[in-house]
Amino acid sequence: MITAGIDVGSISAKAAIIEDNKLLGARVILTGYNAQNAGRQVFDQILSELDLTASRIKRIVATGYGRNSIQFADKAVTEITCHAAGGIFLNPAIRSIIDIGGQDSKAIVIDKNGRVQNFSMNDKCAAGTGRFLEVMARALEVDLDAFGELSLHADNTASISSLCTVFAESEVISLISKGAKRENIIAGIHASIASRIMAMGERIGIIPPVMMTGGVAKNIGVVKALEEKLNTPIIVSEYAQENGAIGAALIASKI
Amino acid sequence: MTTMEKIKDPEKEKRKIKSDKKIRAIMTAYYMEAKTPKEITGKKIAWITSGGPVEPLHVMDVIPIYPENYGAMIGASKMGVGLCEKSEQMGYSSDLCSYARADIASAIVNGGPIGGLPAPDMLICCNNICGTVLKWYEVQARYFNVPLFILDTPICHTEFNPDMKRYVTAQIKEYIALLEKICGKPFDYDRMKEVGRLSVQGQRLWQEILDTTMNRPAPMTCFDAFFHLAMIVTLRGTQIAVDYYESLLQEMKERIAQGIGMIAEEKYRLVWDNIPVWYRLRWLSDKFAAHSACLVADTYTSGWCGTMKYLDENDFLGSLAEMYTRIFLNTGTDIMADNIIEMVEKYEADGVVFHSNRSCKPYSLGQYDIQRLIKEKVGIPTLMIEADMTDERSFSESQVETRIDAFIEMLQ
Repeated sequence: MITAGIDVGSISAKAAIIEDNKLLGARVILTGYNAQNAGRQVFDQILSELDLTASRIKRIVATGYGRNSIQFADKAVTEITCHAAGGIFLNPAIRSIIDIGGQDSKAIVIDKNGRVQNFSMNDKCAAGTGRFLEVMARALEVDLDAFGELSLHADNTASISSLCTVFAESEVISLISKGAKRENIIAGIHASIASRIMAMGERIGIIPPVMMTGGVAKNIGVVKALEEKLNTPIIVSEYAQENGAIGAALIASKI
Repeated sequence: MTTMEKIKDPEKEKRKIKSDKKIRAIMTAYYMEAKTPKEITGKKIAWITSGGPVEPLHVMDVIPIYPENYGAMIGASKMGVGLCEKSEQMGYSSDLCSYARADIASAIVNGGPIGGLPAPDMLICCNNICGTVLKWYEVQARYFNVPLFILDTPICHTEFNPDMKRYVTAQIKEYIALLEKICGKPFDYDRMKEVGRLSVQGQRLWQEILDTTMNRPAPMTCFDAFFHLAMIVTLRGTQIAVDYYESLLQEMKERIAQGIGMIAEEKYRLVWDNIPVWYRLRWLSDKFAAHSACLVADTYTSGWCGTMKYLDENDFLGSLAEMYTRIFLNTGTDIMADNIIEMVEKYEADGVVFHSNRSCKPYSLGQYDIQRLIKEKVGIPTLMIEADMTDERSFSESQVETRIDAFIEMLQ
């Protein structure tokens, strides 16, 4: 049986196709202003990439912020449940997931079957999320993709204390004007994200092994900062960003 | 009206609580009397905090007015943001309680759904619910230039002791002396006994109504309790409240007998903590109902009957201190957690929903610890929703929706 998962997030839309518990493929595009369109587009693209027709897809589960706008899906499931299902599929050993997406971050504790035991989400504020990193990258005139690598060359991590994206940006600007090294500022940004995530994780008592998912998992600097704060290695799959869509496709095969 | 609009969903009609109309009428009459010029009613008006001892006011024929009840009405009418903004223009911080902000602004612009509250002749402020009320009522005392009585109730972190009782009881005497002075007549202690008896009776009925949700399916949810609560707050100690709650209890008993639940197919039973999100009551109620989840109990509406066990019906004035000092919000986190756990067990709840209320610090402060204690002691899942009771600017629909959806998926 072939099933699909579509994860429409605030920044990117993801689709994954599963056949009999095997991942056939996954794809990521930018969401843009129309969530419904993005869901359709990413689904069409993965189908053509895999040389499949929509009629062969038995069921579709939509997830992410745009989950309720995907009318061609059979069911909408939250990204929390989907990330748990995807995470345990990609690595059956994991017991916790840290998911940092475009506009929110979550810590999820799961049992050995991939069922959610507990979760916490950032309060309604984008600090410490993908959008936060985008704002910072713009302020520092650095390509976001280079962020992670640059931060590894820091020699003195800067201190960013504000919990608000806008205020943190002005802190960054003041650090720039004081002549702080770009690498150190970026490392400081990553450390501030890690601190926020740690507080969220501790609140629900995250258990290792910990996997990180979501677009921000591609940032090695954040991963390293989190490993340091949580004092545990963090598993990052090559499908970190598509993990929610993969979980959705798996759930679709079980309903 | 077109024919289409006249067709009502029989399923929905069946579930509607018939007493809704009655309480609307009583509350309208209550506010109409309060807004009628004093020369006609001959009654003085006291503004009082939600946890304040209202019974002596009824004894003296003073109309009690609750700015917090009005705050709830402002929130439910989605007029909170405008009034909060007005108070912020006046210089009040957006970090202050939104009831306080809305009330302070409403007094100036005669705002809110009934065009402002009738001006007070006195202010009765009891700090058993929070510390904000002290400054809030001081502001209003200056604005209206009327006497302010402060009833200081020490926090019962772990216990209530005889010193506390003496301290609070002494203040009750001062309260009565002040009422005699303002009203220009002696306090009628016989009438106090009667009002006290009615207060106990009302609280007992209210508790019985809340307890009807022990039944499966529950005949009402906490969203209904949020609405029917108005009278035990404002008219506690009157025959009107007793009569109304007798009829509401009767209706609940009939619903149980007929097997009418508020949620079509009740699957999950949950407990709510904190003040309601007034401007999103319908949305939240529909959201939980869509998941077949019934909010069977809450720490908020039970606040107006939770301490009646400390009341001595035959010595109302003597036991009043203990009842008003030991209310939920005036206790320590451990006691609060025990209270919630007791509710979970009594109403057989599957989970607890916490509203982390930006406005209400004493209510929200210990919630993470309470979550942990619930997990340790009863092992059921809990959910945290961040919002504000009146200020819509602190509510993010998609954030709250994802949390509720994920919480229900966790219960499945």
